[in-house]
Amino acid sequence: MSQTPVPANRGIRPGTGAASQNEISAEIEAIEADATARVAAGGAPELQPRRDYAPYRSSLLRHPTHELVRVDPEEVERVSPAFGHTDVNVLESDLTIQHPGEPIGERMTVSGRVLDGEGRPVRHQLIEVWQANAGGRYVHKRDQHPAPLDPNFTGVGRAITGDNGEYSFTTIKPGPYPWKNHVNAWRPAHIHFSLFGTAFTQRLITQMYFPGDPLFALDPIYQSIADADARARLVGQYDHSLSVPEFSLGYRWDIVLTGPKSTWMESEDADE
Amino acid sequence: MQMNEHEAVQVPALQTPSQTIGPFYGYALPYANGPELVPGYHPRAIRFHGTVTDGAGEPILDALLEIWQADESGALSGELGSIDRDGFTFTGFGRCATTIAGHYTFTTLKPGAAGNAAPYILVTVFARGVTHHLFTRAYFAEDSALHATDAVLSTVPADRRNTLICVSEGVIGGAESYRFDIRVQGENETVFLDFHA
Repeated sequence: MSQTPVPANRGIRPGTGAASQNEISAEIEAIEADATARVAAGGAPELQPRRDYAPYRSSLLRHPTHELVRVDPEEVERVSPAFGHTDVNVLESDLTIQHPGEPIGERMTVSGRVLDGEGRPVRHQLIEVWQANAGGRYVHKRDQHPAPLDPNFTGVGRAITGDNGEYSFTTIKPGPYPWKNHVNAWRPAHIHFSLFGTAFTQRLITQMYFPGDPLFALDPIYQSIADADARARLVGQYDHSLSVPEFSLGYRWDIVLTGPKSTWMESEDADE
Repeated sequence: MQMNEHEAVQVPALQTPSQTIGPFYGYALPYANGPELVPGYHPRAIRFHGTVTDGAGEPILDALLEIWQADESGALSGELGSIDRDGFTFTGFGRCATTIAGHYTFTTLKPGAAGNAAPYILVTVFARGVTHHLFTRAYFAEDSALHATDAVLSTVPADRRNTLICVSEGVIGGAESYRFDIRVQGENETVFLDFHA
């Protein structure tokens, strides 16, 4: 992975929330320009978010200052826990049927496949999702955003991938919501995804976004991936063939975990 | 997917990037008995615990930790049941959210040596502000004879190796207790690992 040097920004304390969007946007643009220049100079594109990404204030005190120590995985890292239908009920992939009534919002399905770095399906593994409701509110005691809770929506689901790595969730479209990173900070609508592969090294937690969101350029979490092509991989696509008449709109999002060879290739040119 | 291109040339650029777990995973990821790989009354249960702190030395109160380990014989489990535990099957996987004091506690078994490595617990750290999870390993001081030849420990600079060794606290409350504090940043920063996978 592209671990970038630690800049001298340690004086900025997270949680102060004092910066304006213009200041945050300027920081975002400066980092992207730096990343673009590195690629233009022959460097590898940054496939993962920067761990030290100052526009996202919470990262300032929560990233290691030493480079990660690169080692070969051993047996423990080369396998993964086994999950199956004895752990997860098939009904848990429908987030709209967990309460007596229907949740409010735009009903949708999110479907796709989980693949490894060689394009092989990741079969029979656990996917967990969580999200805000249609008004942009999470069921969580620390979410004090004054948008309504929906008594019919918790926003939590699980599934086991199928024989071809496929998954499908039925849910409602989450709303954007404000947060305290800076003044007037808003997160683009997203669904959190947690995934396991066949090796623990493939473990991934990430977020799926929706196409055309006007908040993309302003959001330091989405922008923490400095490479535009890489972060675009987090955007699900509207797929009319997945929409169900009179019922739901369909989005497709395929997820590619790091795989044996993809990471190996990355290590070959990771000579920064 | 461009399967043919995939097969001909590996395209690492296709991997889906990580994003922070954020603060609001509470109803989704923690689950009953997630931290208890074995019940506390298991005769050989150990306590594996510690505090997760940030670069200011403050506790990280919204971290999620996962552990994955071999059983006492050094074998990795292929058993289902990590989420819906039956109380008897050792699956080797556990998950624990930190408390408001930044503390985590697992109840597990001490792993045996898997392959040529000294015994260890693989620890994964997720948290708000952590854009990409962090892997580390928790070794045990009593296995020091095996540490000199351990492939990972011998790669780590000698003056940082201690961050990967649990503090043995002896028997507390009827169980061997091992403390593994995780300092994400700053003084005595924990060594985090990037696996050539």
